[in-house]
Amino acid sequence: MVADFGYGVIAIAFLVALYSAGAAIYGERTKSADWIESARRAMLLLWPLISISAASLIYLLITNHFEVSFVYEVTSREMPTYLKITAWWGGQAGSLVFWSWLMAAFASLVTLRKWDRDREFLPWVIVVTSITTAFFLSLVVFYENPFAFFWQGPDGKLITDAAGNAIKGMLAPMAGASIAIPQDGNGLNPLLRHPGMIIHPPMLYLGFVSFVIPFAFAIAALITGRMDDRWIRITRRWTLFAWLFLSCGLVLGSRWAYDVLGWGGFWGWDPVEIAALMPWLTGTAFLHSVMIQEKRGMLKQWNMLLIILTYSLVIFGTFLTRTGVLSSVHAFAQSAIGPAFFAFIGVTFVVSVALLIYRWPDLRGETEMKSMLSREALFLLNNLLFISVLVVCFWGVVFPIISQLFTGQTVTVGPPFYQTAVAPLFAGLMLLMGVAPLSAWGHSSLKTLGRAIWKSAVAALVITAILFSFYTNNLIALVGFFLVVLVLLVTLQEFWRATRARSKATQENFALSFWNLFGRDRRRYGGYVIHMSMMLMAIGILGINLFQVQTQGTVSANNSLSLGGYTIKYDSVAQFPGPDGQQVMRAVVSAYQGNHYLGELYPRIDYYTTAQQNMTIPGDRSTLKDDLYIILVDWQPTSTNSATFKIFVNPLVNWLWIGAILFLFGIIIAAWPDRDAERVLARTHHIHPTDSKQTSAAD
Amino acid sequence: MKRLFWVSILIFIVTSLFTSIALAQQPVPTPSDDQVNQIAHQLYCPVCANTPLDVCPTEACRQWRDLIRQQLAQGWTEDQIKQYFVQQYGVRVLAEPPETGINWLIYILPPLIILAGAFTLFRALRTWTKPVSASAAFGSNEDALKDEYVARMEEELKKRN
Amino acid sequence: MTESTSNTRGRGVPLWVQIIVWVSLLGLLAIIAIELNHSQQGQIGPGDRVNNFTMPLFSGYDWNGQSQIQLSDFRGKVVMVNFWASWCKPCEQEAPDLEQAWQFYRDDRRVVFIGADYVDTEPEARAYLAKFGITFANGPDLGTRVSQLFRIKGVPETYFVDQQGVLRYAQIGPFSSVDEIKSIINPMLK
Repeated sequence: MVADFGYGVIAIAFLVALYSAGAAIYGERTKSADWIESARRAMLLLWPLISISAASLIYLLITNHFEVSFVYEVTSREMPTYLKITAWWGGQAGSLVFWSWLMAAFASLVTLRKWDRDREFLPWVIVVTSITTAFFLSLVVFYENPFAFFWQGPDGKLITDAAGNAIKGMLAPMAGASIAIPQDGNGLNPLLRHPGMIIHPPMLYLGFVSFVIPFAFAIAALITGRMDDRWIRITRRWTLFAWLFLSCGLVLGSRWAYDVLGWGGFWGWDPVEIAALMPWLTGTAFLHSVMIQEKRGMLKQWNMLLIILTYSLVIFGTFLTRTGVLSSVHAFAQSAIGPAFFAFIGVTFVVSVALLIYRWPDLRGETEMKSMLSREALFLLNNLLFISVLVVCFWGVVFPIISQLFTGQTVTVGPPFYQTAVAPLFAGLMLLMGVAPLSAWGHSSLKTLGRAIWKSAVAALVITAILFSFYTNNLIALVGFFLVVLVLLVTLQEFWRATRARSKATQENFALSFWNLFGRDRRRYGGYVIHMSMMLMAIGILGINLFQVQTQGTVSANNSLSLGGYTIKYDSVAQFPGPDGQQVMRAVVSAYQGNHYLGELYPRIDYYTTAQQNMTIPGDRSTLKDDLYIILVDWQPTSTNSATFKIFVNPLVNWLWIGAILFLFGIIIAAWPDRDAERVLARTHHIHPTDSKQTSAAD
Repeated sequence: MKRLFWVSILIFIVTSLFTSIALAQQPVPTPSDDQVNQIAHQLYCPVCANTPLDVCPTEACRQWRDLIRQQLAQGWTEDQIKQYFVQQYGVRVLAEPPETGINWLIYILPPLIILAGAFTLFRALRTWTKPVSASAAFGSNEDALKDEYVARMEEELKKRN
Repeated sequence: MTESTSNTRGRGVPLWVQIIVWVSLLGLLAIIAIELNHSQQGQIGPGDRVNNFTMPLFSGYDWNGQSQIQLSDFRGKVVMVNFWASWCKPCEQEAPDLEQAWQFYRDDRRVVFIGADYVDTEPEARAYLAKFGITFANGPDLGTRVSQLFRIKGVPETYFVDQQGVLRYAQIGPFSSVDEIKSIINPMLK
């Protein structure tokens, strides 16, 4: 009954979303404020409706209603309650409800703002967000219904189709059929049964879904012909938050892969990982080039293109992941939503491109640059590099599909391809991070840049020379570390000079001046914090990619394996049931550095009986210098009492996580709303109805 | 005496011959896990999706790693082992597409597109940068950077008050 | 700098750029559509013509002394192609039944059983064959060429091809009994 209710509510939500889009279009055509208001109210109704439906689903999940197909597929009796709740996004059908729920939330947030200055955008923003929500709801209502039941015939046998798959539906498929109630469920994929996995998908979905808002405004701007900076102003903070969530999702995914998957790395260049990275790349490019539009009024066309591209990559990536076109450890199973989803992305791409081409001439700004080394030019170079990385990633993901079609052979495009192609591009970006802050808007020359940078460059060279003498002669590492130090020094220098100038001008003490820097110009200084944090992450990435060592060996009890100055002594192994119905095989090893005892580590294997799947969870000792990372590969029964271990020493990898935390802080700083500036903006807007450059300086 | 000498030489030569033949046929000591992993790392599991062979936990993958161990013990080179796997299971076991036929596209297209982009950008920048008037440039640039901060701070302070 | 304006209307997108953009976009969509179609296709089904293929055989498991066979060799006979692997647990379920069925049909020259070893290693494959006393023709599916022809989704899967080279029946998953196998082949012999 709860299931019928849940399905009914979400079907109603689908109809309401359709109505909202229709009413908005009609209201816009007839210039009727009432219809538009009705559309807005209908949109606001979506989130409560979907919440009710989601609540029903969660109720069914935690009360073991296995006759509901989705509950059967993703939960089982042995799972703890918190995992049953997170199973909501553990399968295709439920995660589509989750996606719709997030989308409705964002759409509502946007419609709740004051629209006085942007009345003409409202109908189209409603249309875009409503249609998108309606689409995802339609997938739930017609193709992947989490509330569908299993049925049995009068003889008590499960009703299946020709291939042997159980038939799922809300209504009885034949006369005399009744709802079949399995005893226990399949259980969630063991890979998802980990606290770390609880936050990664929601964060990623938040990032994906929130990009629909800037996209909606861009489309609204294109349709209404109002292509001044207004749409960017409104959505700038949205884009930053969307980018924050997406970055969070990517970082969390990497951390989880490192922590739990037990293959010694954090990024596998899996096609689905890349599908999540691509919108991040264009999003980052956009965040930089939008500053050019604000400061100099240039690149309107390019910015519009970037936002459309970012959103397109989001839905393209979602399509690839969810419809089984890509084979990947991340991908959902084959699904019937393929053709419908394809139609959706087809329409979105074609309409966006058509609109953009149609309005292209109207997007022209005054493009004038004084110098090839001005900040605008360097930002453009930044964009070029990000788009180049995007090209590499996109082609690497799409090529196997092309190869399969034309030659019938599947090929794998793996890490070596991406790493070789992308490394020089990221090195270029790092160099830019060191140079661009020193370049001025409008004019810069080699001379001014040279004067500003030479001290940092020399210091960086000195440090690199020290590294070369004492630590390594790996050329890539030396170039990488040189760039890292350069960027850190240049950025710190910027902080220093700004603080000193401010302190001199305001007679504040140094510390207060520094703090107030962030009060005045959060975007700039938040951005610098982000750059520095990326350099910390670069240290970690260089360390683990270039200097990781590993070994594998079989040892009997009380014997040891050695690697990179560490020694691991195998103490014992024990087997016991875990809290989630799994069988845990846990080894105890003692770690030593030379003769110095470091402590015990507990690599283990969790075996999930129903899924017949293993999870290898490493034992990990983290310091700033490196990680000692041990995996239990195999163990022999008590007769021989030996076990096989794989040991990694990952130098500097923890700088990656430290940098990641600082990175998130940096984004929050950069995105923090500036109340004073908003009032200033509002005041100036009464005087200047369209945007002027002066207001941007107040940001 | 002389005969004994020559017989000894003969025996020595024959013994050396046999010893060297025996040594040549002696199997390489069982390859270590590390040697197996070094090759397995470069191959992908033929059945699982995008999983390197040294990481894959399935029974089948374990058999394949054992196969690599046997082949190493028989003295196969890394290339020979990779060739064998490609022959048996198809090209998808390699981490990168081999440079044959249509696969050239994967290596050629990205650099081409990037160069095209760079060229477009360069041309655009050329069009957009106008020659800077000499006096303005020299005067302002030198001090521009230094005083920019102070100027900006003062401007904002004025706005505040 | 004044307000950003649209009264200096620039030129539109040049035609050649538009053509490139649309061709690329539609090309990409076409590729995705075809691939989506492919991935949604199941195994080949009854009525489909089975293309000719070549397959090597394990030594000791040859056919009429041939160490390599082609499907066209068996025109005029009923062919059963069984995909299996030594690492496949359900395959072990049906292995004795398959061998028993073969013993029943082997003297009837109108039926051929072929085992295709999917993505496997030879030592383990041989051990499996020996374990279940399999005697019919068996060989490795090199490069997964044969299994791609049948578009199998897993193992075990068994395909019955009639005398004209047309697929008549596809069994996904293991057989439950020898009779089940016979009940498929016998009608094809009429």
